This record gives sequence, C-alpha cells and structure tokens, in this order.
Amino acid sequence: MYWNEKMECMPVEEMRKFQYTGFKSLIEKLYNSNKFYHDRMKSVNVRPDDIRSLDDVRKLPFMYKQDLRDYYPTKLFNVPNTDIIRFHASSGTSGKPTVVGYTENDLNYWTDSLARALTSIGIGDKDILQVSYGYGLFTGGLGLHYGAEKVGASVVPTSVGNTERQLELMQDLDVTAIACTPSYLIHMSDVANKMGIDIKKDTCLKKAVLGAEPWTESMRTKIESTMGIRAYDIYGTSEMAGPMFTECEERDGIHISGDHMYVEILDPETGEILEDGEKGEMVVTMLQKEAFPLVRFKIRDITSLNHDVCECGRTSPRISKITGRSDDMLIIRGINVFPSQIEYTLMRIPEIGNQYMIEVTRDGALDNMRIMVELKPDMFSDKVTDLVRLRMRIESELRKYLEIAAVVELKAPGELPRFEGKAKRVIDKRVF
Amino acid sequence: MENENIITQLSIFVSNEPGRLAAIAEILKNFNINVKGFNLAESSEFGILRTIVENPDRAFDCIRSKGVIVKKTDIIGIATEDSSGSLFEAAQIMAKAGINVEYGYSYTGKDSDQLFVRVNDTEKAIKVLKEAGVKLIKRSELQ
Repeated sequence: MYWNEKMECMPVEEMRKFQYTGFKSLIEKLYNSNKFYHDRMKSVNVRPDDIRSLDDVRKLPFMYKQDLRDYYPTKLFNVPNTDIIRFHASSGTSGKPTVVGYTENDLNYWTDSLARALTSIGIGDKDILQVSYGYGLFTGGLGLHYGAEKVGASVVPTSVGNTERQLELMQDLDVTAIACTPSYLIHMSDVANKMGIDIKKDTCLKKAVLGAEPWTESMRTKIESTMGIRAYDIYGTSEMAGPMFTECEERDGIHISGDHMYVEILDPETGEILEDGEKGEMVVTMLQKEAFPLVRFKIRDITSLNHDVCECGRTSPRISKITGRSDDMLIIRGINVFPSQIEYTLMRIPEIGNQYMIEVTRDGALDNMRIMVELKPDMFSDKVTDLVRLRMRIESELRKYLEIAAVVELKAPGELPRFEGKAKRVIDKRVF
Repeated sequence: MENENIITQLSIFVSNEPGRLAAIAEILKNFNINVKGFNLAESSEFGILRTIVENPDRAFDCIRSKGVIVKKTDIIGIATEDSSGSLFEAAQIMAKAGINVEYGYSYTGKDSDQLFVRVNDTEKAIKVLKEAGVKLIKRSELQ
C-alpha cells in the first residue's frame, strides 16, 4: 500500500531530475531573497548559475546548528511572519532553544510525509493510534497527530505522562498502535506489569512507531518479544519539520522521500562524500520547505545510505538506523564511543533490565566510565560470587565490543531514572 | 511432606547506594517483619542481606511488593551449645558426606546458639547431620 505511489515509486533518474529542479529553484530564491544564504554563497563564490547538476550541490556551504542559535529566533525564515501558521521549538540542551516555523504548505508536506510513512507500515483507517509523544513545542506529538488523522486512523492524543491512565485508555479503547519514544514504551510496559496488565495478552496493541532518540536492534527485539508487537523506527528532527520518515514493512532502513529531502553522507574527518553502506555524518537539504529553508544542514546524525530499490517497491533511498549523533559521541581515553554501542551490548545480556546509565568522570588525565544497570529480579542469585561473575561478564562483553574498560555497577530494579521524554542516559562529569 | 528442617532464608539485593540498607530496614519495620537473624555479605559495589524472619512467605510478598529484589533460599539451622566444637563436628560430618558449605552465619539465641548454613545439597545434609545426632532447628521453632 502506498499513500503517494507516484512520488514513492518514481524511477530513480526521474527523481534525481525532480530533485535538481527543486534544488535549483530553491537556491535561486534564497540567493535573491535571503541575506544569510546570499552571504554564505558569496563567501564561497558560488552563484545560482554554478548549480548545473544535482552533484553541484556539493559546491554549497554547510549550515550548522550554531547558525540556528546565532540567528535566533526567526532570522533565517524566508517568508513574512503573516505566512507562518505555527511555531515549534526544540529543547535547547546548550543555550538557547531553536525555533522553527511553518507555512500552511509546510504543514501539508510534513503531514503528507507522515501519511506515507504510516501507510508503509500498515497503519490506516482501521487503526487506533495512541500518540504518546509530547504535544506542545516538541514536534513529535502534533506531527504524528496530523499524519495519523490524514490516513484516517483514530487518534488518542495522550501525550506523555500519567502512564496508568494511558494504559487504561489503551485497554478500554482497543488501541492498536502507539507512537512514542522507545524509552517511554519500556516505561509503560514496566508500569503495566506493576498494574498486573500484560500488554501482550490484555491489550490490542500490535504496532509501535518509535523514535526521537537513538535505539538499537537488540532493544527492538526485547520490546517486540515482551509486548508481542512489531516496532518501527521513525526519524526526523525539528529542523527538518519533525518526525517524517519511517521504515516500511521490510524494516531494512528508513525511507527518505526524495521529493522532501535530499541526503548526503560525508566522512566526518575529510568531508568527502561516502559510498552506499559507509557510515558518516548526514547532511540534509529540504526541498519543499518555505518558512524555514534548510540547505546542506549538518544534522550531526551518523548513518549510511542505501540506494537499492527496496522489496516494498519504493525507490527512495534508505538510511540505516541512526547509531548516534556526532554530538552524542563520547571520547573515552581517545576512543570514540557511542552510547548506542553500549546499549546494544547491554541488551543482549539476559540478566539485566532495559534501563541503564553511563557516567563519565576524569581522574587526573584518565577518563573513567561507569555503567549502571538494573538486575532482573528473577535472575538474582544470593551468592556474591555469582553476582561478581555476572558483573565481570558484562564488563568483558563491553570491553570486547567497545575496546575500552568500563566499570559496571549492579542496581536494584527501579533504582535508575526513568524517562518520559527523551532519555538522558549519559552523565559526563569531565571538565575540559 | 516438606522437610521440617528446611528453613527459608530471604536473600535481599542491596545496591551500593547510601541509604539503601536503611530503606530496606524501613520496609521490614513498616511491615512488622520480625527478624530472627541476619547477615550482610558484601562486595565492593553491592551487598546481599540474608535474613531469617518469622513467616517468610508473608515477608517475601511484602518485600517484593516494594520492588526490592528478594529470593527464598533453603538453609539449615544447627542448634549448638558450644559453637566452636559443634561447628567443627557438623562441618566434619558434612565434609565426609561430600557436602559443600557455601556460606554460614550464627545467631545467639535465648536457649542455644544457632548456626545457619547454606549447602549445595540441603536434603542430604539434613539426613547425615540427623543420623549423626546433631540437633537441627525446626522451621516451627522460628515462627
């Protein structure tokens, strides 16, 4: 099932032409009407006439997150304020938040993108979708809300929090699908257990659309087996519009609609364009946005591209699961470590639960990493030697996979913090 | 029929956080759980609190309802008059029978000293100790 077959299954060459045309007119418009883009292009001596093919995109300068902060709140917008019909803002983890704006067309494109995505995973007018992403300034809640309404699903706009009530509604309204962060779904499942609800048996939940934070295949396996559902990855950031793209039923990468977004993957060190399958830093250009254009934006997510036509028939390129954000990368004793690698390793150890915390400290010139995990009640042995052996086994698994030594600490269930929004599992106490 | 000499010990996981032990003690107190004996085994980063309580089944449910990791473990209680001599005697009997003692701790009661041990084969240990005339504590004596 396709929502927009023409665009989703367009032959690759035809799509490239479509993208080039879109690019060209976008650049011309920005060069002539937007001081920021005009100055940036001048600084590298590129004029719209120099863009003669899609590959010429590489001549254009990058845009950075810092630009969004420097031009706060709306100085990068390209339409008069009267054309803006909605704002969203992202949580500013460092300093000011970033504000994004939408025209009516922008909201339509965004909604259309989500309608395609939901259709591709079989969510439609027979479904009851609980949106447990935050509603408000965060793009997740309202984004999914309009996308789901577009495909005719019945939306239960629960937002985040009040988990007992959410579970009650999930049961009473026969909710078939949920959209939220993976960590919130795990939290819900924990709360359900405490209430004596088995999501697998006592609810109609079949599908989960999970995103807004990096998660791993092993976490997917755990979620699916404990809750008896299929979990799909969704991707998008507020700069792009919000959550926009998902995997299809094949679950072999996230489909990026070419008419919405043009993706490049660069070597983070050299800046060179990488081949399919090679992991690097993602750079995106939004081809249809009016209010808040984005050209060669360094989004800081790490992934790889796959241009092969998918089994599902869609021709759009796919990005692999986001394995980390280059901003999230920790450098421990000179070695790059992504929290997602740690999660991947931990999730394969049956004796421990789904929650974990990573703490990095510095002792003189040495970095120390402490990883706290929760012991599963039924895996508890009352012999000190067994628990010490378990701890050592986790440490050696981490060492094998990450090539660095981490100290593991066993905690009782419920001792580590739970997250309702985006999980913050890394505490970096080092002072540089 | 269950062996009346098998005593149920509750083993509780205590992570190495300030106040964690106090929190568990508070749970025991709030549920009026009467502790007959306990031992805290610790490593550098966590501890295991082993307790003998009145009505262990009820205590187990109470503790678990608070989200604390707790487990029931079968142990044996040996009543001794002179603990060092009796320990030697009991240990020797079990050693001869090829039984391994995993851990143990003692408690001084009103009438006798009590030595609680966890072994790798509880049924067999009870049998050989009884045959050798060692006095074992019955579960009912702890209620």
